[in-house]
Amino acid sequence: MRYLPKSDSERRQMLDACGVSSAEELFAHLPEAVRLQRPLALDPGISEYEIVQYFRDRAAQNANGYASFLGAGVYNHFRPVLVDTVVSRGEFLTSYTPYQAEISQGTLTTIFEFQTMICQLTGMDVANASMYDGSTAVPEAAMMAVRATGRGRVLVARSVHPEYREVLRTYAKNQGMPVEEFGFVPETGAIDLEDLEHKMDPLTAAVIVQSPNFFGIVDQVKAAAEIAHKHGALLVMVFTEAVSLGILEPPADADIVAGELQSFAISPSYGGPYAGIIATKEKYLRQVPGRLVGQSVDSRGKRAFCLTLATREQHIRREKATSNICTNQALMALMATVFMTVYGKDGLRELAAQNLAKAHYLAGKVKPRFSAPFFNEFVARVEGKSPGDLNKALLKKKIIGGLPLGRFYPELADSVLLCATEMTKRSDMDRLAEVAL
Amino acid sequence: MIEKVTPHLSQNELLIFERSSPGKKAYQLPELDVPPVDASEALGAANVRAGIEGFPEVSEVEAIRHFTRLSTWNYAIDYGMYPLGSCTMKYNPRINELVARTEGLAWAHPYQPEAQAQGSMEVMAKLEAALAEITGMDAVTLQPAAGAHGELTGILLIRALLQKRGNPRKKILIPDSAHGTNPATAAIAGYAVENIKSSESGVLDMAALEQIVNADVAALMVTNPNTLGVFEENIAQVAEILHRKGAMLYMDGANMNALVGIARPGDFGVDVMHLNLHKTFSTPHGGGGPGAGPVAVKKMFEPFLPTPRLRRAGKKWAFDYKRKHSIGRVKAFYGNFGVVVRALAYILAHGGPGLRNATVDAVLNAVYIRKQLEPYFDLPYSQPNMHEVVFSDDRQAKLGVRTGDIAKRLIDYGFHPYTVSFPLIVHGALMIEPTETEGKQEIDQFVSAMIAIAKEAESDPQLVKSAPHGTRTSRVDEVTAARKPILRWKPA
Repeated sequence: MRYLPKSDSERRQMLDACGVSSAEELFAHLPEAVRLQRPLALDPGISEYEIVQYFRDRAAQNANGYASFLGAGVYNHFRPVLVDTVVSRGEFLTSYTPYQAEISQGTLTTIFEFQTMICQLTGMDVANASMYDGSTAVPEAAMMAVRATGRGRVLVARSVHPEYREVLRTYAKNQGMPVEEFGFVPETGAIDLEDLEHKMDPLTAAVIVQSPNFFGIVDQVKAAAEIAHKHGALLVMVFTEAVSLGILEPPADADIVAGELQSFAISPSYGGPYAGIIATKEKYLRQVPGRLVGQSVDSRGKRAFCLTLATREQHIRREKATSNICTNQALMALMATVFMTVYGKDGLRELAAQNLAKAHYLAGKVKPRFSAPFFNEFVARVEGKSPGDLNKALLKKKIIGGLPLGRFYPELADSVLLCATEMTKRSDMDRLAEVAL
Repeated sequence: MIEKVTPHLSQNELLIFERSSPGKKAYQLPELDVPPVDASEALGAANVRAGIEGFPEVSEVEAIRHFTRLSTWNYAIDYGMYPLGSCTMKYNPRINELVARTEGLAWAHPYQPEAQAQGSMEVMAKLEAALAEITGMDAVTLQPAAGAHGELTGILLIRALLQKRGNPRKKILIPDSAHGTNPATAAIAGYAVENIKSSESGVLDMAALEQIVNADVAALMVTNPNTLGVFEENIAQVAEILHRKGAMLYMDGANMNALVGIARPGDFGVDVMHLNLHKTFSTPHGGGGPGAGPVAVKKMFEPFLPTPRLRRAGKKWAFDYKRKHSIGRVKAFYGNFGVVVRALAYILAHGGPGLRNATVDAVLNAVYIRKQLEPYFDLPYSQPNMHEVVFSDDRQAKLGVRTGDIAKRLIDYGFHPYTVSFPLIVHGALMIEPTETEGKQEIDQFVSAMIAIAKEAESDPQLVKSAPHGTRTSRVDEVTAARKPILRWKPA
């Protein structure tokens, strides 16, 4: 087999050196009763060519050649060619977590750059080496707030991504962390500040708000932070569309930022792998979960980087750790780092401006339901038919329409969430509008 | 004279921010085909930022040189053997990378209609079925993003089932040889942790277990083979003791590379387990992620698995969201699909018989290394080992040379170190896992390097203690890094 680098004669020599007559003898110490007495019921191995063919056939069963208006936490952005060029290098692809600093400076340096760029992007003081994704970064941020405040309750906006809220509830359920929700204003789509104020209490550790929120609305983070702080709670800001930070004011009033970087050159890949971030103020540094890379010097006095502050982590602290997470998403974080490098200071701004322009062109054709400002997606009410029927009609024209919202918001069952990015063609928006109207 | 490596020049490189100069660009966007929008007008002036202070401005060629130069400062499997115990650093087949980038799969949006996602769903279903067959379990969820995430999912499943039976119970038993994620996971799932001591021979102490298991115990988390690379030969009995008291057996599948095709956890009493696709199933570690940690369960846990579940609806695949007993979601969408594609490609390449052959070679490599190094290093536990072997630095420590020093010296010989100081039950552990994808030549070089270092420890201990000598970066001052954390670059 091509992945097994031994000839039969080499195997023989090694068995002889081990003092056994056959490979089976290596397993003789396993009790007979636990051993599998038959071959695995899996097909025999196949060639590279057949593997390529198998996955091409599967890809052909998926949507092909459709224009898409889906966003809702996963965005269709161009991936600069440099990204795959860099992450395909075996030195990045096939290395382990950089515990051995002397031979891992490549990974460590890029993570240090990543942490720096995330701080610059979010306006926070510290950022970790990445999280699994945005959805798991949210409960980790909530747990941080619980540790930092010594309180247990979490208030989350209903306009935070519905699946993120589901993940939050799964994590919270067994930790004595009650999770309650507050609403959005039906006219504007922004958070309902009165409802938030009303639901605040002295036990609340964190208020969680997303911006742009699930409806694409640039939400009132500053006002929410004022309310949270007045009651002694922390404000966690969530984002799913990282490109928006190219043009939106960084969330300086937030205490913790928990976000998703899929937009930064990570392919949609049917839901993962992506990379999440946690960034925060200096004073909450010791509560940060996951890996951190720090700057130091080597024994010759040269600048060098290493994993640091490991005393927060599971391999040292075991059941008292800040989190059970062990890895970060290093390769996906590297994709994001290359992306941020390629676009740089002006490019990310220009990219964000293009997204804004495209979505507003679409909004000129299909009226947004909410009145508050939006970035590159918005909610639209479907007139005269159900969102399902509209999408069926669109599919016939090779268009995947917006996400029908009834599944997550019964009161928005007549609406879809539409997204336009720099990849969305004007002609496709025109075609969508023709069917929708 | 070191056979495997020759020092050579590598390029110096600044941080990307230090290479930046205003106005340089590595991008070009297409002409906008719609009218531009005034950001202040559309978003409100107060919401619009001035610019991203500090973001780099470099050209394309500078960008690629930057990352390429940095890459050469890493060791990698593509350079040579990476014998990290418990990490299963095996070769990452490149075909897996290619197929994961197949356009219709890589660009599939998780919310595209199910009718337009049948290919993705078929891939997931096929991997679920293969993992169920390999583990001998009844159902698999692909949702967890990594091993520790799989552990959390698994323990939440146990909690949910016990809760349904009336009492979630209070504690999780964890052997002192376990990975640190196990106790951290139990704590997040709302359980107290009770550590249990391993027996003199480094396996589960049956008498102690019999005593400790009571109606407060929800589960035992066990790694099998354990972190010594030793198969828990009483595992079926362990399951029986737990089950008799209504407790569950959880298996950490970190060491599944020793068992694929040989023995199935489902057949020896395991109720819930996770797998690491980035270990056993060859998906790349990528410098620390992404991974994937599918969880395999016995039938009685199926109703509690995370939402949604794949199900067959006539000739099509569909997602089932209406699952009232489910523990809920542990991650948005359906799991790390891109990692799932790679793992399936690996399984297809090997096939059933091939996977077993891989296991045999993995064990052969580890046993061979043990035989070769036994005369030079202390072997604290003498039971037969499987895919990894754990020595201690007992002999070298008497000369002032510790496991960490030997590991650093190994770097000079052209190898990545083994796992240092783990498991905790071995003082000064050297934990070596070669995996099946090392040939005899590479392993013989590794053995020679280890023997040479053992001899150096006697003849010139200082040489070992101050290693590595041949790397561009020498030992890093980790104490200062932690004491005065510098976690981001700032302009001078």
